[in-house]
Amino acid sequence: MSSKTMHEEKAVINIKNYQEQPVILDVNHVTKSFKLPTEQASGLKQAFINWTKGIKGYELQQVLKDVTFQVHQGEFFGIVGRNGGGKSTLLKLISQIYYPDEGSIDVRGKLVPFIELGVGFNPELTGRENVYLNGALLGFSHDEIDAMYDDIVEFAELEDFMDQKLKNYSSGMQVRLAFSVAIKAQGDILVLDEVLAVGDEAFQRKCDDFFTSIRKDPTKTVVLVTHDMGAIKRYCTRAMFIQDGEVAVIGDRETVAERYTLANLEAQQREISEKQHRQLEEGRQEYPNGLSARCPVLRTYGISPLMLTSDDTFRFAVEYDYNEPEDFYLAIAVHDIRRGGITFDTGPRKLKMKKHGHQTVYFELPLHLFNNGEFRLITSLRTPTPGDELMTDAVGIALDDNACTFVVRDPRNMDYALINTRSLQIQQITEEQAQTAAEEQRDEIQSRTDGSPREEIIPE
Amino acid sequence: MHTLTQRLHDRYGYAMTVLRGLVKTDFKLRYQGSFLGVAWSVLKPLMLFCVMYIVFGKFLRMTDGTPTYPVVLLLGISSWQFVTETVGIGLRSIVDRGDLLRKVHFPNYIVVVSASIGSLISLGINYLVVLIFALFAHVEFTWRVLWLPLNVVELYAISLAIALIFATCYVYFRDISHIWEVLSQLIFYCMPIIYPLSFVIERGGVYARVARLELLNPIAQSIQDIRHNFIAPASQPTIWNTFHSPWAKLFPFALTILLLWFGIYIFRRNSRKFAEVM
Repeated sequence: MSSKTMHEEKAVINIKNYQEQPVILDVNHVTKSFKLPTEQASGLKQAFINWTKGIKGYELQQVLKDVTFQVHQGEFFGIVGRNGGGKSTLLKLISQIYYPDEGSIDVRGKLVPFIELGVGFNPELTGRENVYLNGALLGFSHDEIDAMYDDIVEFAELEDFMDQKLKNYSSGMQVRLAFSVAIKAQGDILVLDEVLAVGDEAFQRKCDDFFTSIRKDPTKTVVLVTHDMGAIKRYCTRAMFIQDGEVAVIGDRETVAERYTLANLEAQQREISEKQHRQLEEGRQEYPNGLSARCPVLRTYGISPLMLTSDDTFRFAVEYDYNEPEDFYLAIAVHDIRRGGITFDTGPRKLKMKKHGHQTVYFELPLHLFNNGEFRLITSLRTPTPGDELMTDAVGIALDDNACTFVVRDPRNMDYALINTRSLQIQQITEEQAQTAAEEQRDEIQSRTDGSPREEIIPE
Repeated sequence: MHTLTQRLHDRYGYAMTVLRGLVKTDFKLRYQGSFLGVAWSVLKPLMLFCVMYIVFGKFLRMTDGTPTYPVVLLLGISSWQFVTETVGIGLRSIVDRGDLLRKVHFPNYIVVVSASIGSLISLGINYLVVLIFALFAHVEFTWRVLWLPLNVVELYAISLAIALIFATCYVYFRDISHIWEVLSQLIFYCMPIIYPLSFVIERGGVYARVARLELLNPIAQSIQDIRHNFIAPASQPTIWNTFHSPWAKLFPFALTILLLWFGIYIFRRNSRKFAEVM
């Protein structure tokens, strides 16, 4: 390899100068399709039946269509795409696990794939034996693995466990070991699939350091498939967005990341409208989960973009159809999808609707309180409970696709807690302050409930 | 010369590294967790042979009239075991190693070969044990022992050929493993392994004529050659002393080469698809 000459001109490869480097991975008009069996059985009998009947017994599904791109030496190349878009297939083609139907893939140098977790690990072998076996599979001789063994173990932080059998490892340890083998193996091209979710926070930070350093190494080339736009923006020299088996965009990472996020939200909306269209065609006899003949339509949907910062206000609409003469209310609950629980609820008798029939009403919700999160708005249509001033009965609830999901993303925010630190903070006080204030509170409670003495809990 | 070894190394170095890794792993795992460990690889055939020796040699008195027959029997059975083991493990090897083949690219014939090498190691150990029995039975060794490696190569080639063909089929049709189980029984009884060929020939008539044909099977032919050359040159009928036509003598070898060629051909043609089909 010409790696020595490359070292001399130690320049970081970026979007401006990548073309000066030699092409190390050349994907040329690659087309790939899979045969999906239409019958479950894969036996001689089925094959014979298919043959006598003259049916193929499978369906051809085209996964990649005429994909062409080149990766130059030293690049950090990102591939994004929705699930089922053909990314993993492309990666397997690059790693020569699959072969293209048409076109060619040319790899110059030693390629190390990390495609699914735990590449060929054997649970009955020790960590050490697994490293050597794995190295052999990747094409490294015993001596070569000897040279990189310490590095691998150190990176995986498993020094004390290498003589344990792999089946005694936790799943996190196994993944860490597999990942360390992949990245510490001295290959020329590293092919990584969805690896940024590996390990705990400390290990992730280490990976982050590693990626940052490998970015600067002009001899190492990385091809990374990910859903994490942050990773694309942090590491990649260039990126590519694959949609429905075709290259949708290829070029600088910002453009690709934008197109990807947009495509995701578009797809989500398209899915919902398609589903509703289908339901319409199937006739109105069948109501979606939570709705009935009394309230055939109840739907919450976003008007604002579905991804907002904490400074924004989310505006959304509720479409309903209710024709009974009595009074009715809408109640809207905000569910926190990731953390769980109900973040907020309007209360049953707060939003009284004035118009009966098929109507759309609009609302807004300020987001300044929240940290990053994914929220779902679930609306219910309610009528007063006879004989109870405060309660209502739900007539219809907008669940599943009728609920509206939105996302808060803000660089100032954290992911962990629900409420951000700008809106709420815990202040440190002295013991004296704590005691006097608590005393006052107790007195106040005492005075409020005077006449009905109750046992007090006195802190130590 | 240097460039030739270099070229060979470039071409097969990687395959050899992988092969070594897989064979080592398989061997390590075979007696994993057992108290006696690797000692079992010698102990097991030793004990099995004792059982067979008593059952066939003493109890059933299966013999062709020579005192060395029990050893001949052991030799035949251990050779046949090699064939069934190679094909049995080999035909499943591609599917069993599926998780590997779906994650890393490496020449996938290696997994079949590694299965066969594993069986070859057992065969070597078994032959050593047979040798011990042979020494006790006062077998006369001759210079024909020198032919033994070639006979083993033939047996290996035919086993590998069947393993390659069936491994390819097994990826598409899992029925093959059951078919092989039946087929192997059929082949087994169509060969003079637990019965001496003279048994059948003595019945005369049509049986005698058919019995001769048994030797045209390359597995039977190579096992008989192994017996003949290794321990019992006097008593074992082989293709060399049964047939006179050179074409008949050539037939098993031609069939072996043909099967091996076909095995490699069909395997190579389909091996690119294995990762997808599994």
